[in-house]
Amino acid sequence: MELGGKLEVGRSRRVALYVTCLVDVMRPSVGFAAIKLLEDAGCEVVVPEHQTCCGQPAYNAGGEAEAKALAKQVVETFEPFDAVVAPSGSCAGMIRDHYPKLLAAEPEWRDRATGLASRTYELTSFLVDVMGMESVEADYQGAVCYHDSCAGLRELNIKQQPRKLLRSVRGVEVREMDDAEVCCGFGGLFCVKYADISNQMVSRKMDNIEASGADTLLAGDLGCLLNMAGKLTRQGSRVKVRHVAEVLAGMTDLPAIGEGEV
Amino acid sequence: MQPSCSSFKQQAAQALRDPKLQGAFGKLGDGLQARRAAAVGQLPEFEALREDARRIKRRVMSDLDTWLEQFEQKVLGQGGHIHWASTADDAREAILAICQRVGAKTVTKGKSMVTEELGLNDYLVDQGITPVETDLGEYILQLRREAPSHIVMPAVHLAQDDIERTFVESHPQLPPDRDLSTAESLVAEARQELREHFFKADVGITGANFMIAETGSTVIVTNEGNGDLTQTLARVHVVVTTIERVIPTLEDLSTFLRLLPRSATGQEATAYVTLSSGPKREGDMHGPEEFHVVVLDNGRSELLGSENQDILNCIRCGACMNHCPVYGAVGGHAYGWVYPGPLGAALTPALIGVEKSAALPNASTFCGQCVAVCPVKIPLTDIMRRWRVREHGKKMTSPLARAGLSAWAWLASRPALYRKFTGLAAWGMALCGGRRRRLSRMPLAGGWTRYRDFPAPEGETFHAQLAQLKKRAAKTGAEGLRHEQGGAHE
Ligand code: SF4
Repeated sequence: MELGGKLEVGRSRRVALYVTCLVDVMRPSVGFAAIKLLEDAGCEVVVPEHQTCCGQPAYNAGGEAEAKALAKQVVETFEPFDAVVAPSGSCAGMIRDHYPKLLAAEPEWRDRATGLASRTYELTSFLVDVMGMESVEADYQGAVCYHDSCAGLRELNIKQQPRKLLRSVRGVEVREMDDAEVCCGFGGLFCVKYADISNQMVSRKMDNIEASGADTLLAGDLGCLLNMAGKLTRQGSRVKVRHVAEVLAGMTDLPAIGEGEV
Repeated sequence: MQPSCSSFKQQAAQALRDPKLQGAFGKLGDGLQARRAAAVGQLPEFEALREDARRIKRRVMSDLDTWLEQFEQKVLGQGGHIHWASTADDAREAILAICQRVGAKTVTKGKSMVTEELGLNDYLVDQGITPVETDLGEYILQLRREAPSHIVMPAVHLAQDDIERTFVESHPQLPPDRDLSTAESLVAEARQELREHFFKADVGITGANFMIAETGSTVIVTNEGNGDLTQTLARVHVVVTTIERVIPTLEDLSTFLRLLPRSATGQEATAYVTLSSGPKREGDMHGPEEFHVVVLDNGRSELLGSENQDILNCIRCGACMNHCPVYGAVGGHAYGWVYPGPLGAALTPALIGVEKSAALPNASTFCGQCVAVCPVKIPLTDIMRRWRVREHGKKMTSPLARAGLSAWAWLASRPALYRKFTGLAAWGMALCGGRRRRLSRMPLAGGWTRYRDFPAPEGETFHAQLAQLKKRAAKTGAEGLRHEQGGAHE
């Protein structure tokens, strides 16, 4: 993967955390886990106040004007930092892969977006590829399987990084499910607009998760996690669902996603 | 063929309820994906070839008329004929005129998706001419009066017993209790039935995977050999193809021949690659007396120079559909026109209008698997997204969806207000989730909760929690949290 040119492996730097809308609202503990991991890696973490949504829902729904306005807001908010890190491959991919295309017609904004894109990372790939992190200090008892979310895998080449760190967690056994790279059927608004198809996709995913024998399902994107957790609880499965950052940071006291009284 | 793309959702729902289809398409991907991966794995230069192929295609498209003219000159020089058809009507008429001039009663056909685009079989029947499909899959579909569900394996939605029943019903002259329980027996019977048609046919129609400008040849890449019989046994060979199929040289063909079978079926090479360069010459043992190429546009030239031009680079390998989880869930017929899967989602709006087909480019999670395997690196998801932009721009999306989108964007560009809203939403949903920590029903998200629970949020948003931590730290006089240094979070 092409990493931002001026970043040097291992050097401490001022990193802006892009919390993402879903983590902000649905699972704040992922944000705190990300802060812990980044600080452990030697970064100074800043949470810019002006952040909201990266514009991806509008972008994928054909709302180009709305997506552009939000993209510019993100560029302005995050430009001052050495690096931007998001606990989401999808949001990081939006900035890295799509902002420069989205703003291509406005040269000044395109250049600013391209600059930001080259300094934007998904959390686990930033820790491993940029900060050179080899392991984490954490405990978790269980057999976990990791679902490769589409944008992280195919836009950002995230595959080995989370697994590498997971293997260093004391008590964790990493299992591979079949078709870990196949989409879970979330797809943003797709899962509501094309509910029947989405359900079929997530059902196939469920079969693979259960067959892996893992007791915990992890991924790096909350959208996919909410989709799969919702399906698992609806089916009465005992598999727990967490964002990978929670396990890597050793912050798993909180109930798993969707886990509560029956 | 009349499109029914706007009924995609209903057609998809039907397919999802059909256990036979689920069986056929659920398993389709597994084998094909593994075979493609193995074939690609054995060719270290595969990535470089994809890049070459894209370069060749882009070069052609930037100068398409020149390459087509060169192709035409060569064909004419070899005694062949060219028929330019800007619309489907033009193409049908050109084909009919040839058939009528030679008094054709029976026309054999090799596999061709373009003739599906023309609805050619029904048209010929209306004109008193009998078309006979000679590709096994297409032959079965013709007997069943069905459309292909895949561009490479047209009858992939059928099971062995479906075909068995079709043959028993369609070939009443054969003993009804004959054994048709194996694929071989079906193939043998189809061969037997087709044999007399090959000899009776006055005209043989084939498609073309490529036209080569340098040599004036058309090329078909096949596994069954029926295409060769179709085009050599009939008196007249008519190739029906489309403008974007032209490539400059034989050398370029070799690039595509290394990509196409590996991507389509995981084969290193297909059983046959047939080049046709004009009618039979003096001294030739076989070959047609007349050679015609009907070159159809049907809306494709409008893509030239547009942001969606790259879809013209498609070489119809089918890899995008073999790897598509949406296609794998609903199969090909749900897409409602000739081209299914990601290819159809990107191409169909250009050919029949986004008004009639907006459901297709929307039916994607943008998982990107199609882009990852496409041998000519077409940015299929970007193209689908641009059709969505077109749809949104033409105000074809629902007013509610458009209002929701602008309201969200408006709110998201006002961070302070946005915080209040998200705070309320998180609190409200957590409350509704209660001790179960999940919701079984939710307004405006019926599609979600019909099939899954909605996990409840923790309660307070990240930003609210962070602000409280900071306040507490300030009160106790403790040092500010490290991550708040820099003053970026007030
Ligand atoms: S779009 Fe690409 S993958 Fe799909 S059929 Fe065409 S060439 Fe093959």
